[in-house]
Amino acid sequence: MTRPDVMIEAQNLDKFYGPFHALKDVSITVGRGEKMVICGPSGSGKSTLIRCFNGLEWHNSGRLTVDGIEVFEGAAEIRTLRQEVGMVFQQFNLFPHLTVLENLTIGPMKVRGLTRAQAEETARTYLDRVHIPEQANKYPAQLSGGQQQRVAIARSLCMETRVMLFDEPTSALDPEMINEVLDVMVELAGTGMTMVVVTHEMGFARKVADTMVFMEAGRIVEVSPPDTFFTNPSSERCRLFLDQILDH
Amino acid sequence: MLKKLRWPDYLILAVLAGFFGYVWYTIEGTLNYKWRWELIPSYIVGWHSGREEYFANILLQGLAATIRISIYASILALIFGTVLGIARCSTNLTVRMLARTYLECLRNVPPVVVVFIFFFFLSQQLIDALNLDRWARGIARAENNGVWEFLFGEMRRFPSLVSGVIVLALFESAFVGEIVRAGIQSIPRGQREAARSIGMSRWQEMRYIVLPQAMKKVVPPLANQFISLIKDSSIISLISVQELTYKTVELVASSRMIFEAWITTAAFYFVVCFSLSRLFARLERKRR
Repeated sequence: MTRPDVMIEAQNLDKFYGPFHALKDVSITVGRGEKMVICGPSGSGKSTLIRCFNGLEWHNSGRLTVDGIEVFEGAAEIRTLRQEVGMVFQQFNLFPHLTVLENLTIGPMKVRGLTRAQAEETARTYLDRVHIPEQANKYPAQLSGGQQQRVAIARSLCMETRVMLFDEPTSALDPEMINEVLDVMVELAGTGMTMVVVTHEMGFARKVADTMVFMEAGRIVEVSPPDTFFTNPSSERCRLFLDQILDH
Repeated sequence: MLKKLRWPDYLILAVLAGFFGYVWYTIEGTLNYKWRWELIPSYIVGWHSGREEYFANILLQGLAATIRISIYASILALIFGTVLGIARCSTNLTVRMLARTYLECLRNVPPVVVVFIFFFFLSQQLIDALNLDRWARGIARAENNGVWEFLFGEMRRFPSLVSGVIVLALFESAFVGEIVRAGIQSIPRGQREAARSIGMSRWQEMRYIVLPQAMKKVVPPLANQFISLIKDSSIISLISVQELTYKTVELVASSRMIFEAWITTAAFYFVVCFSLSRLFARLERKRR
């Protein structure tokens, strides 16, 4: 009963870390090509939720389907799924012992079984896309934070993913580097990629989001289109949060 | 450096000199020991009067054997140890427990006992099963066995060398395993998550992402472990592997040059281990 227009469907997800209830009865649907921005105070379960989407965390109960594949601990298809679902981390997590080019080709070569020539061709296409073709032979430590994060985005794209998850992609960056990463993300949004972004960059959210989600204490408090979300949110808590991060 | 010494330093040095002088005097006086240092060089490099050529005598043979054994044993120990280190980090509880048991057994039993147990229960059986004895004797009798002799010493002794290497490698693998485990666990979790999120299997994640980084990090402690292994190799003289310590025991038994022989052997070990440790320290400084 998978619907073709639905990319991610979560129904009544619960997640515990020991006694800590991290996700409480979370249900949400992300359509194909939809751009969803999730915000909320720290510890509200935003990261946990998107980490469930590619099986980096496992939900304890409820049902989660991503691109027609059911996600649960020990699912045989989880590796196939992860090839479709890219993840960009707050700390970049580039492989420091590999050059930029090798960071981009190792997945396609070892996981998808492409030849080196094929993988490098793809890699160079995406390095162009994130505007750093000239850095191909450097090591991650030689790049600035913004460049590293753009390499990380390209690394996911090289797997020809259909969904991209962003876990606070600009939080670890110096202010002057945030825009170069956001610009790449805006361009990516223009290609029709399905994106779920955990971020507090509201300017970015206004520009690309189809849906805004506000989470607090493991629950989804508000889901609405950006117009309503920014001007007239239905919950008081969400209004307060927006005031805090927008008013200064 | 001498300028840094103050009078208390001189006092300490004088006391030490006095102490050693007394020990010396006791040996000279009460033991009535006759020093024969002049004989030692001929036990290192001997002169074959019949063939009119120099040959490596008992002590040098022993040193060569020790170096051979140490190299082979460390290669084996590195392989076993890496497997053990990976097993210690496995998600499978049985694998993890087996690795832990092996490690704890080795760490909590004296090395000498471990060596005997491994020797009688393991390497002896292995050598019998593989019929190594006959094979080695065949080579020893053959004409052109120069390469073999260079690699493994006297081929008649090959089975004993093999069991020595195995025993030593198994013993050291426990420590190498702990070093490798520490290396693996020092790799941030984000690296594994990134590997997994591009669809790598657990094995690929280990092979391409974690191990290459971990191994780079553990080179310095592994180098030190290699030096330990050279020193530990003296234990296998107990199972009659003809390395430096064993040869020294032989020499002492036949020539009664107790002090000269042991001091020479100690000097051999010291020179090898100390220069390796200086070399590794220098290489590490360069790497930074």
